[in-house]
Amino acid sequence: MMRHLISAADLTRDDAVLILDTAEEMARVADRPIRKLPTLRGRTICNLFFEDSTRTRISFEAAEKRLSADVINFTAKGSSVSKGESLKDTAQTLEAMGVDAVVIRHSASGAPYRLATSGWIDAPVVNAGDGTHQHPTQALLDAFTMRRRLVGRDAGLGRDLAGKRITLVGDVLHSRVARSNVDLLHTLGAEVTLVAPPTLVPVGVETWPCEVSYDLDRVLPKSDAVMMLRVQRERMNAAFFPTEREYSRRYGLDGDRMAKMPEHAIVMHPGPMVRGMEITAEVADSDRCTVVEQVANGVSIRMAVLYLLLGGNDSAVTHTRTEENK
Amino acid sequence: MDTQQQYGDDARPVLEAPDIARVLTRIAHEIVERAKGADDVVLLGIPTRGVFLARRLAEKLESITGTKIPVGSLDITMYRDDLRLKPARALGRTEIPGDGIDGRLVVLVDDVLFSGRTIRAALDALGDIGRPRAVQLAVLVDRGHRELPIRADYVGKNLPTSLRETVKVQLAEEDGRDTVLLGSRPSA
Amino acid sequence: MSKILIRGAQVLGGEVQDVLVDGETIEQVGTDLSAEGATVIEAQGQILLPGLVDLHTHLREPGREDSETVLTGTRAAASGGFTAVFAMANTHPVADTAGVVEQVYRLGKESGYCDVQPIGAVTVGLEGKKLAELGAMHDSAAGVTVFSDDGKCVDDAVIMRRALEYVKAFGGVVAQHAQEPRLTEGAQMNEGIVSAELGLGGWPAVAEESIIARDVLLAEHVGSRVHICHLSTAGSVEIVRWAKSRGIDVTAEVTPHHLLLTDELVRSYDPVYKVNPPLRTEKDVLALREALADGTIDIVATDHAPHPHEDKDCEWAAAAMGMVGLETALSVVQQTMVETGLLDWAGVADRMSFAPARIGRAKGHGRPVSAGEPANLTLVDPAYRGVVDPADFASRSRNTPYEGRELPGRVTHTFLRGRATVVDGKLA
Repeated sequence: MMRHLISAADLTRDDAVLILDTAEEMARVADRPIRKLPTLRGRTICNLFFEDSTRTRISFEAAEKRLSADVINFTAKGSSVSKGESLKDTAQTLEAMGVDAVVIRHSASGAPYRLATSGWIDAPVVNAGDGTHQHPTQALLDAFTMRRRLVGRDAGLGRDLAGKRITLVGDVLHSRVARSNVDLLHTLGAEVTLVAPPTLVPVGVETWPCEVSYDLDRVLPKSDAVMMLRVQRERMNAAFFPTEREYSRRYGLDGDRMAKMPEHAIVMHPGPMVRGMEITAEVADSDRCTVVEQVANGVSIRMAVLYLLLGGNDSAVTHTRTEENK
Repeated sequence: MDTQQQYGDDARPVLEAPDIARVLTRIAHEIVERAKGADDVVLLGIPTRGVFLARRLAEKLESITGTKIPVGSLDITMYRDDLRLKPARALGRTEIPGDGIDGRLVVLVDDVLFSGRTIRAALDALGDIGRPRAVQLAVLVDRGHRELPIRADYVGKNLPTSLRETVKVQLAEEDGRDTVLLGSRPSA
Repeated sequence: MSKILIRGAQVLGGEVQDVLVDGETIEQVGTDLSAEGATVIEAQGQILLPGLVDLHTHLREPGREDSETVLTGTRAAASGGFTAVFAMANTHPVADTAGVVEQVYRLGKESGYCDVQPIGAVTVGLEGKKLAELGAMHDSAAGVTVFSDDGKCVDDAVIMRRALEYVKAFGGVVAQHAQEPRLTEGAQMNEGIVSAELGLGGWPAVAEESIIARDVLLAEHVGSRVHICHLSTAGSVEIVRWAKSRGIDVTAEVTPHHLLLTDELVRSYDPVYKVNPPLRTEKDVLALREALADGTIDIVATDHAPHPHEDKDCEWAAAAMGMVGLETALSVVQQTMVETGLLDWAGVADRMSFAPARIGRAKGHGRPVSAGEPANLTLVDPAYRGVVDPADFASRSRNTPYEGRELPGRVTHTFLRGRATVVDGKLA
């Protein structure tokens, strides 16, 4: 494992499968009377949120607490820390306080990378979403959900998503979820197709390891999973699409469209959903929709990531497991 | 793992396959005797090799008592006290039999008893899963050098060793053969 | 002032000659010169160039003296071999009145390291709405001839047209920062493969090219001349080439960093690579080099943009745009143009001295190295190889993208009207 988790693109196939397998074990903890492990006792993790995201923060916090870590939450609105030096100052403050890991959410793409590489701080950094760049734990929990549903909970152990056809629909341009998922799903052997109006696909997408289509109806029958990305209404004002109604008609997922998907195919959404815009209530509430599962799986994935980054002392010395430690 | 490199060239077998089968049979009988029939026994193996031993013991118990013995696994990685000293490792499987462990006699099964730290971790892990009536410990080899007040209830073989020596248990399920090797640690 | 004899340098990279300077002027150029009591500089193996002229420098004074002052900026300029710099107008207050340009002009005179020619703002406060008093700035002691809202684009076509027309009265030129503002809202880096991956707002090449296309057509229409600042894309080169072929009076500049660096560097998210216009692709870099070689691009200008450490020691989006360049410009040009065989030293003299002085009407600069001319001279040791260490900079700021990079060449001496501002590579 690497020291930080900044981008899904940094994960090898074996790293990713190890995280998914570890998360399966973590998930079993949730079924026990005491849902807590002593693994990170005495370790302090700071959730450094420069951007509002109650869901992600709560998920990380739950994961940290289940691993018995001490948790510090630092939440700062973009406006009060709009000057970049606050990131550095905050990081150095945390370092001085002896934080063992930093989970960072930031509106600026690259802020976690900068935090991890600038020498401001020594602790491992976990990217909890940066600008329109990456959101690796989201991609991991999505892959975890897909593997469970499409390969199987036990059958999936040790396996990747080879040959699975995954379709991501919506605002790819502004989506860190899309970027992370394209990277990770490709690493795991899946075939990824992006579907969006051309205005919401980045220039330069042609080098991504995926297909791009503007026609949702043609892609749906060939999809094992369809992930709907959130589309912010404000995009309309910047002329990315004419009206909400037109967007829904061309790129929204409703019951009729869902019927075109294969029997076994699932519908995913990173949340929060804009019902009526990219997804209808009928689809969101159907059995095929995994949104609630994704939330539960997020805690397991984040436990796995934190355990693998922090559970051991990743020193340069290689320790071999021998009997004297038993 | 290269056994030759890991355990030196002089590794010699102290238990062979027939010996292992024999001591497991003896332990099974001892369990039945001490548990007065083994009605409420649950066997929990500690991954990796403890799980295979637990399954073998369960078979022997079943053939003695004629009843089905619940068997599972208990991974203690997340409860280790040396996590910060080593790189994070892949987790083993924890599988608790369907009826749970509350009020049962849990027999922990491991291959080698050494410092006792693994068993300490296993006791912590058990406490988070339920409340057994009692907990006992069965090991294939006790090599001494305890660092905690822990002892085994059932021992396949007491093997006095020096700290410079290594004990390696190999089981057919994982290693292709049954044997216990005693060797000296490579000097380098 | 005593005499100086520069012995054995290759003048403009050509013939080996001796140059005798007496007072403020070149007295004699020839072979085997000698002079009683003259300070002799043995310059064998070195290149003698006319003092370099930078048409695009940010000296930050008044207003941001924490990043640079006229004094520190001109010291940096002298270190880099420059004898004249044009100071951009985006100071605080903006250089949009005769008062401000005269202040900058006077500070330049006082510094003594390099002539400072202020550039006046095209519009009041760089706001693009109302023409500044261009004539008053021209008539002031500063004698402004170059006008620019650099940092911002004069995007209103009517204002641009009027400015182009208006400066004809006194032979001025408008230097356009070509950046269509709507196309670059939230832009953080070149729009392309790398921006797509990094999730940074894209800055499309067309935002530059569309403005250049419009402005050369406007210049043609009103019969004025226009200068394009820091051209950065292959498409811009094509437009300028087309305009020149049509006889439009357009000149263009390229920065050293656009001749060397590409947007691949942004993968580090290190804001030292954040600059306006952004670093582009390899294809653009090669097109720019070729255009500078064939004269489509007339000059190299540094766009020296000092920023204090804290404005770069942060996340990418929060960082300021710009890099310092005065002290590394000649080395970068040597590496990208001379050592690639695209340009000889005479070509360098043209692109970094003759042509910029001509475009900016800088009196006494960009003159031939011959008897009777002002002794504005730069001696370069082209064999030198050194690793860039910002701690050595004379500039008050350290935001160089070349830290730790080996660059060729070193300015050993700079003379401003016969007075040495740099001796043996050190500020005098």
